[in-house]
Order: sequence, then C-alpha cells, then structure tokens
Amino acid sequence: MHATRLIAALAALLMFGGMAAAAEAPAGASSCSGCHASNPKAGTPVPPLAGRPAAEIANQMIAFKTGKQAGTIMDRIAKGFSDEEIQAIAAWYAGQK
Amino acid sequence: MRATRRDILKGAAAAAFPLPAIAQGAGPKVIVVGGGFAGASAARFLKKEHPAATVTLVETNATFTACPFSNGILAGLRDLREQQFNYENIAKDGVSLAFQAATAVDAQARSVTLSGGAKLTYDRLVMAPGIDLRFDALPGYDQAAAEKMPHAWKAGEQTLLLRRQLESMEDGGKVYIVAPANPFRCPPGPYERASLIAYYLKTKKPKSKVIILDAKDAFSKQRLFQNAWKELYPDHIEWVSLSQGGKVNSVEPATNTLVTDFSSHKADVANVIPPQRAGAIAQSAGVADRTGWCPIDPVTFESKLVPNIHVVGDAGIMGGMPKSAFSANAQAKVCAAAVAALLRGEKVSEPRLINTCYSLVAPDYGITVAGVYKPADGVLSDIQGAGGVSPIDAPRSARRLEAQFAEGWFKTITSEVFG
Repeated sequence: MHATRLIAALAALLMFGGMAAAAEAPAGASSCSGCHASNPKAGTPVPPLAGRPAAEIANQMIAFKTGKQAGTIMDRIAKGFSDEEIQAIAAWYAGQK
Repeated sequence: MRATRRDILKGAAAAAFPLPAIAQGAGPKVIVVGGGFAGASAARFLKKEHPAATVTLVETNATFTACPFSNGILAGLRDLREQQFNYENIAKDGVSLAFQAATAVDAQARSVTLSGGAKLTYDRLVMAPGIDLRFDALPGYDQAAAEKMPHAWKAGEQTLLLRRQLESMEDGGKVYIVAPANPFRCPPGPYERASLIAYYLKTKKPKSKVIILDAKDAFSKQRLFQNAWKELYPDHIEWVSLSQGGKVNSVEPATNTLVTDFSSHKADVANVIPPQRAGAIAQSAGVADRTGWCPIDPVTFESKLVPNIHVVGDAGIMGGMPKSAFSANAQAKVCAAAVAALLRGEKVSEPRLINTCYSLVAPDYGITVAGVYKPADGVLSDIQGAGGVSPIDAPRSARRLEAQFAEGWFKTITSEVFG
C-alpha cells in the first residue's frame, strides 16, 4: 500500500516534471515562429520546425553557424547561439506537434 | 455606468466563447493595453502559457491595420485590406476583448480605467501602446498639417491619403520624404518607402523624383539601399543627409514647403515623418522616462519605473533591438512566458531574442537586417558575431529569394498573431 502510494506520487511528479519541461520553451525558441510558421496554412516558403527530428534541426543550424550551409539569413542568426542552445531549441521543436 | 467583465465580453466576438465564471474568478488577472503586434501577441501567448489567468486585451480599434508592407500600397502594389486583421481568433483562444481606449492607469490600486468608464483591476499589466507621433516637435507640423502633408507612419487613412497624392501628382513632380532622427518606429521604413515610391515613379511618372531630407547621417541597411538605388533608380532617388543640410527645421503646410537651415523646398508631395515617443497612456502611467520611451528589465520586460507593469514593442527602450513588428512579437512571447512564471511564483529564466527586418527595394528585390539579443548590463544587447545585413555583393537571385521570404514573413507573423 505504502509502496503503491509512493510509486503513484513519483509517477505524478515525473508527469508533472515532464509537462513543465514541455511547456517551457528554451531560450530563443519562441522567436523562431516569427518566420517558421506554427500554422501550416500560413503560406510561407520557409520550412516549419515543429515535429522535425531534433538532429535534423540541430545539424542544419550548426551547418548555418559554421558556414557549411549557405543561407539568406539563417547563417547570421545561427551564429548567435551556442551548440548547447541549438540542441535545446531543436529538441523542443521536435517535441511540438 | 460600470461595465462588468461580462458586459465587455458581450460587446466582443468573445461572447460566443465565454470562459466558465469560476475559472475567471479564480485565476490571476492580466490586462494588456494595445492590440498591435506586441500587445496582441502578448495577450494570446499569455493565455496559452497560463490558461487559468483572465487575460483582457484593451484596444481602441476592432480592426488592426498593419504597418509592415504598407509601403507597397503607396506604390500601388497592395490593397489596404491585405493589411487588415481582426481579433476574432484571439477571442476564440479565451482572451477577453475590450474595444475601448485605456484612459488611465492607477499603479497603486493596480487598475486600468477604460473610456466607457469601467475600471479593471490587474495582478500584472502589459503595456504595448506603440508610438505617438509628436505634433509638438517640428514647428508647423500638427495634426491639421498631417492632413496636407501625411506622415503615413500609422497605416490606414494616412497611407491612402499619401497614395492619392502620389497618384494625382503630375509627371515631373518632386516627392519629399522627411526622415526623423533616431529612435523611431521601423528604422529602414523611410528608405524602403523611398525605394517603392521610386519604383512607382520610374514605371508611371519617369520624370519625377523622390528626395529624402534626413535628420541623420546614417541609416539602417544604408549601403544595401544606396547600392540598389544606384542600380535601379539612379535618376529617381536623392538622399540629403544631416551634414548636407537635410534636417528639416519647420514646415509650411499652406505652401507644402519644407524649411532647412539653408533652403526651402517646395514639394509636390510631402511625406513628413515626425519625431515620436511611446503612446500617451505610457506617459500618463509613468512608465516612460524623460526621453519619452519606456525603460524595461531585459529579462521580464517589467518597467524599471513602475512595478507590476511590463512594456513590450515600439514603446520600450529595447537596447539593440529595433522598433519592428518582428521585435515586438518576439518580445511579447518572452514577456508572456515571464509574466506567467511570475504569476506562478516561479523563477524567470534568461531569454534570447531574435529580430529580422525585411525591406523591399523593388517587388523582387529584398534585403534584410537580423540580430540576436540577450540581457547584458541591464539592457537587451546584440550578441557579438551574430546578425548583420544581407551580403553587399549577393547576386540578384538572393535578392529575389529575400523578397519571397519577406512576403512569407508577413503571412507567418500575421497568422501567428491574428490567424
């Protein structure tokens, strides 16, 4: 009985913790949707980020940052983020629907 | 008459989607004053970040008219209706709308008085009043003068007035743009405007010309604009800088004359963009300082002058961030998350913000400036090594692509805020 209650409490804590992590966007992430539409009907040639694999977003950002990938504007923006910040933003967008 | 929240809701599109009365009573109360890119974003994202909060958006007009891309109207490339949006979807997200003016803020009592007489209380207030044009800063240029010499710096009737003047001008006419000193809304705006008016003149009235009389010696994306002008409009744009005598000291609306230190310019069309300051309600609420703009904490956007009031968008002193719609939207989202955290008693984490500003030199020729910002030394500071303008030597294909992305940006941001 005691153990069950503990497990339930732990599960609730994990769920709550998980929800909080999902809710709070990492630094910088909220600015992206100014160009990368969260509404698929927006009608922009700029690709959406939500739901794309984290590795794909992060690799692309790092390629922009290092100059391996040419861009019109993302090369200038990517340079403002550390690799850790890029990984966090990529992971967050991967988890968005 | 004292209007209850229910009365206010009744008057808005939100009436079809009222919140349960219990939820309204239980949660914290946030008021957002101003429904432009900053305020509308703040209200919408606050409700998303903190669903239990009662969020009331106070805005005078039921229709929003966006400034970005409104220079296209002057060139005959766009219709004003493409600039206009309403608040129905924001109401559907659970934001209460009050289509009234905010007439007073009592920071002690934490209340906002509306033009209808209602007094709403708040736990946190977000102010996004945008700019007021100063009709006391340029001798001769008052509200009446603006009917003769439009500023067109708030989109709507003024934009249409300037368009009509350009349309009725004879070929061979001189169009003057008076550009203000920094800071002002949309730093590249006067130069995009000159470009698109020149595009119109070159196509329709080739003997005419645009002359910019500037109170500055440097401006946003300057080399990109000037290179493009040399290429596209060598006979149609002239820029007169401050040191060349470009500063206009007074205007004479009766004769459409602009007076500088050494000469008077008689304009066929005079577009006067006067100095600006934060919207009047910011001044009366005490969140604006002697500069006329509002100092804020760069982590929470809380006013440095009045507690529990946050300021976002053009009205704020945002350090390196320019007064742009992209900045306003980015600041509003960060501010919404911060206000939600503060209401829950949580710690606010340090943000990063991005700005991008697209300008069109021609319908198929776009240029940009971008920046990434973080709080440093009490202000929002540029992250060194990031940002900057489009490459000076980029091929025309890149300019075409940036023109397409410009349009994509407008669709994206208006869909995020109002869609």
